[in-house]
Amino acid sequence: MTDNKELNSPGYEIPEDLQHAVSITTIDRLYNWGRRWSVWPMMFGLACCAIEMIAAQAARYDLARFGMEVMRPSPRQSDLMIVAGTVTKKMIPAIVRLYNQMPEPKYVIAMGACASGGGPFKEGYNVVAGVDKFVPVDVYIPGCPPTPQALTAGLMKLQEKIDKESIRKVRWYQKGADSVELPIPVLGPDLMDPRRYNEIRVLAAKPAEPATESKA
Amino acid sequence: MTTLVETETLDLAARFPGSAAVDTRPGYSGWIVNKDRLVEVATALRDEFGYDLLSHVTGVDYFPDKMEVVYNAYKTTGGPGVLFKVQVPRLDPIEVPSVTPIWPGAEFQEREIWDLYGIKFTNHPDLRRILMWEGFEGHPLRKDWHEPFYEEDFKPLKSRWPDGKYVSAEDKNPYKDNLQFPQNFDPAKVTLDGEAPLYDTLQKYTTVDAGIKTDHIIVNMGPQHPSTHGVFRAAVVLDGETIVSLKPVMGYLHRNHEKIGERNTFLQNMPYTDRLDYFNSMSNNWGYSLAVEKLMNIKVAERAEYLRVIMAELSRIQNHLILIGMLLNDLGAYFTPALYAFEERELILDIFEATSGTRMMCNYHRFGGVSRDLPEGVLEKIRGLVEDRLPRKADEFDRLLTENEIFISRMKGVKVIDGEDAIKYSVTGPVLRAAGIPYDVRRAQPYGIYDRFDFDVALRHGGDLYDNYLIRLDEIRQSIRILQQAVKQIPDGPINSQKPQYQVRVPAGEAYGRIEAPKGELGYYVISTGKPNPWRYHVRAPSFMNITALEKMCVGKKIADFVVILGVLDIVLGELDR
Repeated sequence: MTDNKELNSPGYEIPEDLQHAVSITTIDRLYNWGRRWSVWPMMFGLACCAIEMIAAQAARYDLARFGMEVMRPSPRQSDLMIVAGTVTKKMIPAIVRLYNQMPEPKYVIAMGACASGGGPFKEGYNVVAGVDKFVPVDVYIPGCPPTPQALTAGLMKLQEKIDKESIRKVRWYQKGADSVELPIPVLGPDLMDPRRYNEIRVLAAKPAEPATESKA
Repeated sequence: MTTLVETETLDLAARFPGSAAVDTRPGYSGWIVNKDRLVEVATALRDEFGYDLLSHVTGVDYFPDKMEVVYNAYKTTGGPGVLFKVQVPRLDPIEVPSVTPIWPGAEFQEREIWDLYGIKFTNHPDLRRILMWEGFEGHPLRKDWHEPFYEEDFKPLKSRWPDGKYVSAEDKNPYKDNLQFPQNFDPAKVTLDGEAPLYDTLQKYTTVDAGIKTDHIIVNMGPQHPSTHGVFRAAVVLDGETIVSLKPVMGYLHRNHEKIGERNTFLQNMPYTDRLDYFNSMSNNWGYSLAVEKLMNIKVAERAEYLRVIMAELSRIQNHLILIGMLLNDLGAYFTPALYAFEERELILDIFEATSGTRMMCNYHRFGGVSRDLPEGVLEKIRGLVEDRLPRKADEFDRLLTENEIFISRMKGVKVIDGEDAIKYSVTGPVLRAAGIPYDVRRAQPYGIYDRFDFDVALRHGGDLYDNYLIRLDEIRQSIRILQQAVKQIPDGPINSQKPQYQVRVPAGEAYGRIEAPKGELGYYVISTGKPNPWRYHVRAPSFMNITALEKMCVGKKIADFVVILGVLDIVLGELDR
């Protein structure tokens, strides 16, 4: 294991015969090191990308090498939500609810073109053009679908991100509530984001523009 | 012009004088039936003429004057089908009698037509929206309904082509998002509970026993549930562990395939078909190219025919491997059997990747042929797989599972559906064949070059879960047989009978292309008006049809069996919701 060497961060001199047993490091480093190798993704597939996610778990690509093989079916036990597939308006309330149910610290990966920005289905009337319109995304993985290698690369990017965090600065260790609940979108005549109710009311009161609103 | 169905054998006009007439529009075929006598005609077709399997029902919007409902029925004994249509004026309320009492398999399809076209089916048992939610504004597949990111009716969009300018769709919409609301709409005033109509349709019960009053339990499985194979949801009423009532809820992956497909040019639809049943892009391509080739009346290059068969059968094998692996997941043997399944799947995907450039979304077919030839060395790889590795794999699964005691006790004797009901509910594919009906489109109405191969239609008679597992192994073995012959016979030559082109010329008319996909009959109903874009592009998705019978299959069984039944039904959400 090279981890001992990786952990030794401030660069103190350690006698050679103790190097395999003693590390001098910072709390941040230790904490991040523990978390980066045990990211548990939620077992949550939306569409085509989920199949490549399963393939990445299987023998050839073997995500277990990164401590990420423990897929949890429950959001309560997960650290990472891999949004693998097209996000639809009908599904987004459930996705936001699942995100709210995950305990902090939590991360989101938008896997594939659809989750990142709508992809080939962006123009569809039931498609949310990117999951980042509702939940904060940490890593975007391009591809349609991304290959298992691309997913692995994305997960390693996430590990790099975890490495750079500091216990003193992360949101969930500040004063106040641990977790910030996101408002859950509502299905009306179209998808309604509670954060935008006022805006919707103002815009809907304006006379319709013929180019985009010509609904006969 | 090849006609869609041969109408010579059947004379509806003589049987129903004045109420049925031959569809005489150029390029069209079949019958136009008077709306008032539809039920009568449909009953006669089923009972007198023997068209027992309703393949699909769909709507067409002939804007601005009329709407049409298209029915397509086949005989399970094989042969061509009958296509009949009902035309109604395009004035709300649009009403057509439901054929659900005659063919229960029409239930969800009629709900879909109501959802997307706003055609009301009188006498329908449960007419609710199916893909969109209750309370959604408008019927999206109508030609005068425009989505929020609407630019113009047909692609390529003038704003982008030929200069390649890109305009963000968000910038054009007043809400800066994929949204539109009615004039003077106020979100705070929405009080509609979209779930209430669903729960109302569930059959409730209360029992009074020994003075203790019990009540029903409603369990929602999904849309996020590890055993529903995607974002599928079922609302279940339970009595203890026994299922009393069950309603599938879908649309969580409805990504507007058909609406987008009617804006696209013919060729632009090809990559979209990949994403229907995302395990089997190779067979999805085939159904669509078959329909368009019928319209264009062109032949497929000889070598391409063989390549299509090879790719489709490899695709079927990996689909069934995954099914068995995932089925064991559902039974609780988490992921180890799936690892066995994924091993060979990766080798098959390597072939797809080498040939088409991607692992899953192959986009391989072109009208008249395929997009690329096999690279050097790939045919040898395929030969190695089909002569050696895959037969051993089937035997390995046999040894691993077929006589496993726990497996047998969970699977044997749990009836999925019997043959008669399966036909009624338009169930096709391995589930139908496991129930003792030898109906396989490759034999019933051969397409491509399937009439040249020597293979058996896999058949089991019990219709229980165990037979549904065994038939997958049988089909893997039959596919290997076909592959062995195809790999020996494949000739050299061009891979496309046409010149490569971006814009194909498709004469006006209609065509229905259907293939035996790994999950059942996959059909594409395409209408061309002679323009570069299809006027109507409908997908008859086997997952969607097979799920119609889900309630029938599950009521009276344990909730744990529901998971396994869903597993052997082999649904894929991309295709189910489109």
